[in-house]
Amino acid sequence: MTEAALKPAKVAGRPPGGFLERLADNDRWLVRAMLAPAILYIVLLVGFPFLLSLWYSLTNVTVASPTMEFVGLENFRRIIESGTFWLSLWNTVVITVVSQFLVIVLAHVLAMALVADFRGKWLVRLLILLPWVAPISLGSIGWLWIFDSIYSIINWTARALGLFDPTFWPIWLGQPELAKASIIIVNVWRITPLATIIILAGLTSIPQDIHDAAAVDGAGFWRHQLQITAPLIMPITLVALLFGIIFTFTDMIVVFVLTRGGPYDTTQVIASWAYFTGIQGGDLAGGAAISLFLFPVLVAVAVMFLWFAKRAEVT
Amino acid sequence: MATVEARRLTKVFDEVRAVDGIDLLARESEFLVLLGPSGCGKTTLMRMIAGLETPTSGDVVIDGRVVTDLPPRARNIAMVFQSYALYPHLTVEKNISFPLRAVGMPKEEIRKKVDWAARMFGIERFLDRKPRQLSGGERQRVALARAVVREPVVFLLDEPLSNLDAKLRNSARDELKQFQRQLGTTTIYVTHDQAEAMGLGDRIAVLDRGKVCQIGTPQEIYDHPSDTFVATFIGSPPMNLVDEGETMLGFRPEAFLPKEVEPDGGREVFRFRITRIEYLGADRLVYGVIEGRTPEAHVISKIPTNIRTEIAAGETYDFAVRHVDMKRFDARSGRVLDGDAR
Repeated sequence: MTEAALKPAKVAGRPPGGFLERLADNDRWLVRAMLAPAILYIVLLVGFPFLLSLWYSLTNVTVASPTMEFVGLENFRRIIESGTFWLSLWNTVVITVVSQFLVIVLAHVLAMALVADFRGKWLVRLLILLPWVAPISLGSIGWLWIFDSIYSIINWTARALGLFDPTFWPIWLGQPELAKASIIIVNVWRITPLATIIILAGLTSIPQDIHDAAAVDGAGFWRHQLQITAPLIMPITLVALLFGIIFTFTDMIVVFVLTRGGPYDTTQVIASWAYFTGIQGGDLAGGAAISLFLFPVLVAVAVMFLWFAKRAEVT
Repeated sequence: MATVEARRLTKVFDEVRAVDGIDLLARESEFLVLLGPSGCGKTTLMRMIAGLETPTSGDVVIDGRVVTDLPPRARNIAMVFQSYALYPHLTVEKNISFPLRAVGMPKEEIRKKVDWAARMFGIERFLDRKPRQLSGGERQRVALARAVVREPVVFLLDEPLSNLDAKLRNSARDELKQFQRQLGTTTIYVTHDQAEAMGLGDRIAVLDRGKVCQIGTPQEIYDHPSDTFVATFIGSPPMNLVDEGETMLGFRPEAFLPKEVEPDGGREVFRFRITRIEYLGADRLVYGVIEGRTPEAHVISKIPTNIRTEIAAGETYDFAVRHVDMKRFDARSGRVLDGDAR
């Protein structure tokens, strides 16, 4: 079609118009021109820092030192021997797994509620989306107040309702297990909206006939959910899960704002520990090496993404 | 086997009466076809019988029991959808056994039933495949097998043949009728295709704008339409209607033939000016105008090819209709006047 549209101009032998017009007609260069900004962005802001951190992790560079020397895998040896590393890795995994499990369950429930028709649906959708559109740091500061050791709205409300007896007063961000739970709660709050919207898209893509057939075929609520709906939205649920894993695994803002890794590094995660070591501690080499431990997990997630994209293309 | 009854069944969607107080009875083992143009309410009616749609008012009665408030699974019905609605993530075997697993039937029994249903529809070879690996005709058989497998008291079929190509549709229609006879299950079948309705139905209910216009055997519907809607909806090409002031004269195209063909007596002769002739192989369709009438009466004659009378476009001939083939309708209400409609 494009060829036919181009022909008259060529036959007439008229030189084509300006630069943009000529570019628009040239598929080879148009492709390159359109990809260029994205490639430039990735090279400058992702590729270059990544290579730099690879190099840093093999040196003894610090914020203050004017020189750097190649030290081989010394930084990695140091990290693996540190107890904080294993604690951070464990925390990262626990926070990611627990929060994503809760996210998928909650997002399913919310998505199911949102496919149904009811008055004021748009308002509910808006409210559910709010945590996602608000900046993470802003939301986290809000949560910081909610978890405050003196003014915690949770504690005061629970006491007013008689749920906590007068001697019980949890310090949310001061007790290791509660602090971890707080971080999980904020991550769940932050990622559930995105997962809900993704799963909602999956639910609406199931033809009504399939639900009707299951109803006529005698499926009750649970059978319908577990044997028909859940398997049909499994691929898209996994996409939501992969997004959630990436966001939670690499996130340091929630930890930074709520606990700064404390008390005593018990809520430290890889990303926050890399930040505290490399930027605040000035040990650039160590920070770079720590952050590289995120890499294998993210590669695995990326591979799974590509695999899903390919499967989606085939079917 | 069971009877299915709709009692004053009404469904209102946003102030539109999709189904408007329908009374209908499907007899035991009957193949009842709901026929009508799109938007006539036939699918809504079927969905209310299935329990997929809640009636605004009225009742659904299956086998003498009011089931209006029961969910679909408590009605012991099976439904085949236009899209077949096979579960895409399950194998053919799991698709067919789904209704049985839902009622908690023992595994051994499930296997027997699935084998029986698969053999009946000749799909044993496909049991391990997923629906997307099947052709349209094969999918349709799987959908039928899934409907048959738990031996429901009623089959509801919603245009199950409309996604098949024309050739396959004819053989599928024939098979469907045979299966239904063999099983003797009361069947309600929704379609907008009159050929399907005429070929399959023991009786046909013709629907228009949420109401039943006429219910009867295919022959009753064709020979004695109750109003001009049924007369023009059934038959291809439709019945000719000639405006005669207070009344409308109706006759079928195949009843409107050259004068020489019809024997003398008991007939009416018209001067027919031919404008166009279509040769369709088995028939000739002759389009033209009956002369001497205002407004102009455009009519069609369908002449079997073995009547070899020479006719040509642009000429005028004498055509005749036997009196027994003529129907008169009230011009305003469209109802038949002869009092011969069932």
